[in-house]
Amino acid sequence: MKIRLQVWRQEHARDAGRFETYEAPDVSPDMSFLELLDVVNERLVLEGREPIAFDHDCREGICGACSVVIDGRPHGPRERTTACQLHMRSFPDGAEITLEPWRASAFPVVKDLIVDRSAFDRIIAAGGFVSAPTGSAPDGNALPIEKENADLAMDAAACIGCGACVAACPNASAMLFTAAKASQLALLPQGQPERWRRATAMVARMDQEGFGSCTNHGECMAACPKGISIDHIARLNRDWIHASLRAGRRTATSGDSAGG
Amino acid sequence: MSAQAPTAPAVARATSALSSTIGLKVVMAVTGIALFGFVLGHMAGNLQVYLPRGADGVWALDAYGEWLRELGHGGAIWVARAGLLLAFVLHVGAAWALSRRSWAARPVSYAKWVAKESTYASRTMRWTGPIVLLFVVYHLLHLTWGSAHPDFRTGGVHHNVTTGLAQPLACGVYVVAMLALGLHLFHGVWSLLQTLGLSHPRYERLRRCAAALLAALVVLGNLSIPIAALAGWLPR
Amino acid sequence: MKLDAKIPAGPIEKKWEQHQLDMKLVNPANKRKYKVLVVGTGLAGASAAATLAELGYQVEAFCYQDSPRRAHSIAAQGGINAAKNYQNDGDSVYRLFYDTVKGGDFRAREANVYRLAQVSVNIIDQCVAQGVPFAREYGGLLANRSFGGAQVSRTFYARGQTGQQLLLGAYQALERQVGLGKVKMHARHELLELVVVEGRARGIVVRDLVTGEVRTHAGDAVVLATGGYGNVFFLATYAKGCNGTAIWRAYKQGAAFGNPCYTQIHPTCIPVTGDHQSKLTLMSESLRNDGRIWVPKQAGDKRPPAQIPEDERDYYLERKYPSFGNLAPRDIASRAAKEACDAGRGVGPTGLGVYLDFGDAIQRLGQGAIREKYGNLFEMYERITDDDPYQVPMRIFPATHYTMGGLWVDYNLMSTIPGLFVAGEANFSDHGANRLGASALMQGLADGYFVLPYTIGDFLARVKPEPLAADHPAVRAAEAAVRARSEKLLSIRGKRTVMSFHRALGRIMWEHCGMARDRQGLQAALQKIPALRAEFWENVNVPGTGASLNQSLESAGRVADFLELGELMCRDALEREESCGGHFRVEHQTEDGEARRDDQRFAHVAAWEYAGEERAPIRNVEPLNFEFVHLATRSYK
Repeated sequence: MKIRLQVWRQEHARDAGRFETYEAPDVSPDMSFLELLDVVNERLVLEGREPIAFDHDCREGICGACSVVIDGRPHGPRERTTACQLHMRSFPDGAEITLEPWRASAFPVVKDLIVDRSAFDRIIAAGGFVSAPTGSAPDGNALPIEKENADLAMDAAACIGCGACVAACPNASAMLFTAAKASQLALLPQGQPERWRRATAMVARMDQEGFGSCTNHGECMAACPKGISIDHIARLNRDWIHASLRAGRRTATSGDSAGG
Repeated sequence: MSAQAPTAPAVARATSALSSTIGLKVVMAVTGIALFGFVLGHMAGNLQVYLPRGADGVWALDAYGEWLRELGHGGAIWVARAGLLLAFVLHVGAAWALSRRSWAARPVSYAKWVAKESTYASRTMRWTGPIVLLFVVYHLLHLTWGSAHPDFRTGGVHHNVTTGLAQPLACGVYVVAMLALGLHLFHGVWSLLQTLGLSHPRYERLRRCAAALLAALVVLGNLSIPIAALAGWLPR
Repeated sequence: MKLDAKIPAGPIEKKWEQHQLDMKLVNPANKRKYKVLVVGTGLAGASAAATLAELGYQVEAFCYQDSPRRAHSIAAQGGINAAKNYQNDGDSVYRLFYDTVKGGDFRAREANVYRLAQVSVNIIDQCVAQGVPFAREYGGLLANRSFGGAQVSRTFYARGQTGQQLLLGAYQALERQVGLGKVKMHARHELLELVVVEGRARGIVVRDLVTGEVRTHAGDAVVLATGGYGNVFFLATYAKGCNGTAIWRAYKQGAAFGNPCYTQIHPTCIPVTGDHQSKLTLMSESLRNDGRIWVPKQAGDKRPPAQIPEDERDYYLERKYPSFGNLAPRDIASRAAKEACDAGRGVGPTGLGVYLDFGDAIQRLGQGAIREKYGNLFEMYERITDDDPYQVPMRIFPATHYTMGGLWVDYNLMSTIPGLFVAGEANFSDHGANRLGASALMQGLADGYFVLPYTIGDFLARVKPEPLAADHPAVRAAEAAVRARSEKLLSIRGKRTVMSFHRALGRIMWEHCGMARDRQGLQAALQKIPALRAEFWENVNVPGTGASLNQSLESAGRVADFLELGELMCRDALEREESCGGHFRVEHQTEDGEARRDDQRFAHVAAWEYAGEERAPIRNVEPLNFEFVHLATRSYK
């Protein structure tokens, strides 16, 4: 196969950036998309030019590192497939393919196709956890969990944090990412004690990071390589409303004091 | 999770909730329900334009208008108007705040972008909204205050409608506005249930159908009047 | 070099408990005065960093990825073992211990393995409490499956994404501490040198991969949880960024390297398609529960699988190992596949593959049941190969998957450099010569949640918290060495890319130090690798500068280290004149082709000591004493 690539090149965050064109002759249909980039880069290096910087790691669709908008779709045209598992057989011979980074002010470009997604880590740090310090756990079977809920929680937990939802959203909203974690924990009994605090804290952090607002387009769900549903967004909305109505309604009169 | 002050005053709580994107969206959803309710009621009232004169020789629509103005010793209509205005201002204000955030969230747009799941209606909310807003202003000038009406008679609702809408230009404005409103409602009705967390995967299809049906009802009901007026089918 | 494993005295089931009592504690008020540096944020690193911070220590954590959540533990599919005996099928701590020692072909340290089996039960409890969505039965209780070579159902799992879910649990615990200000997280940072002051690990030199800045971080203890070095083979199931640099730097600073030749080749990976291939994808071993492995009986039989009648198929695992059949341990299954392909009976366009057939299982259980169990794996297979495994048998081939070798550590997981602790796959400790399925996740979390927090405390209680001056000669020297190396790499501007060297090294390793090794081949490798290394330092082309993000420079540094590490692996494989677990020496096999151990001469750990550039490393020995498990020939027949 022959492929022509239009690739976004940007030196650093403050650089304006531009597209450059590269030809790739002799592409095998069994190559993954990232292997195509490898081949292009090998050539660039030998020509004494800077290779295209792109994030990648596991190359088996689970680490969430790869993050390229391929022809106007995050991770490319194939549903539920990350760029690393997208194979060139998904493209016609002679195709001209446009590659861009995730575009969102909360994900500033680091270089070329690499963006900074640390905003996601900060959303998790704000509340995307169950406070269970090591050593404090009861027996694993002490708390039976309805299979349906465990399965639903697993659906949400499948999120790989790649950011395709933000990239695909016309508003660059991070609601699907945030909701996937909040919803996973809201579906499990372990997540109940912090459920309402979690909803407000994660949403507040998400807003603070400069993501846009969700207007229920559903593009995130279509782009999600794990097919996470926007039903989880509805659940987070519900929890957030509940938490906001509940806030300050009950207040204990005194806190814990250290024993003598 | 950072500890919040446990006794934040209610006002501060409300302000912080409303500065959140979800809070603003809840405002849009709740005011959307109110405005949608008004649209339905307004349409039901207006469809009386098809009814003939009563035994007393008064047009049904005029009688209905008279009743509205008299309700609650003439107070009800002002309460309703104030409520509507508030809902409108909040709806538009929240939309503006959210849109600004979204624009700021993607300062550089894609050279190539392919839509997959979003609908034409969802992508044009920020167009259909302002169109409806401009239309409301025109509509008030046209049929409430009469300054944009060639032959406005106070209290003569039936007359104002049949003559005002018989003009091709005005009729065209109404047609465009109602189509925009239909698109706006199609996404809005579906979306507000999602925003309020009232959706359920089992009823997802139902929700889509209901939104489409309600939007179609509003468009057809409301559009029939200017078209009938232009065609001269309304009783005169 | 003196190797003291510091194994506590007493009966095996009491060792850890007694040791916990004997260890010193740091006064709670003093904990915040100590700083621990944790390198790597996979299961071992993230769990250690979170737990140490919960205890009150200052923690700084480092990973080369853009987020700690991307560490390669995330790719583990199958599950995690624990001796819970929830299935009432006769499991116990002792049985898990025994299975692990036996599965490791009697080359692991008993006391460590017993402790691993003991804390395995706590791991499950901890992960459940964090909200890890383990698979459940309709009654709401945890589900189990049997896995790779075990005759009890002790494996806990979360669909085919167990590693992901466990890692996210640890990552969330870590992020919670980051949010509380107890952990300072440095993502996109790579360790390039260890700072050793007066024989103690006192800091690390890292490169900020975005800005290129080289900086030293000082601490009172250093934890390396940087994973395995299987990428020395180039084609492996590892993430592309996985590397041996951290442990190799530590080795060159004086940490002994245990059993470098012990590598695991996983039997169920998707075969190579061509020269462009950059990595191999693993299919969970759980597939072997229902899939049957076969090749045509006739060499060179190129008919499509459906046209090969039942009696012309060779279900070789079932034939050779009737009691374990398709569930034979990984090393055995891998070698058997290699033998079939070497005999010309391999399938697929390259002849390097065997069938994994679900035809019978689909007929017996129905397609729905198979989809329920393996749906996501089947989908992944189809995505990669474009074949539908519900219709056509899968094709699989072995690939490098895990390294049992790693930095030598004592019972406290401390290396031969005081203050340098090593956890997870980066150490050599618990799996002997072969790791059982679903045991890697167990070991990573055991080390991080339940071992290091105690043993590091014991170490810190014995030392004073002291600052390390930024201009200390050791710091300066380490930073200068890092800069000089980068500059050297950037100045060569030769004619070959880093990847071409990596591929060439991988081919040498796979050919001579892979599933089957022999003296001649290993000696050849020991000629080829230094020659390749010499060429690398003269002819590699690393474009760009060191002052910004430069992925070529990153991989050049890693490959430079692999070019040294690969040589040590071959040397170790050559010296170990026996076959055990993943280390199969062709010269040492029984008449029917099974591995033959030599317990007289090799029931020991080989701990290699760096002796300086251009000098042969020194092979030290830690004898393994089997007091509780009777040494036996491993048989899965």
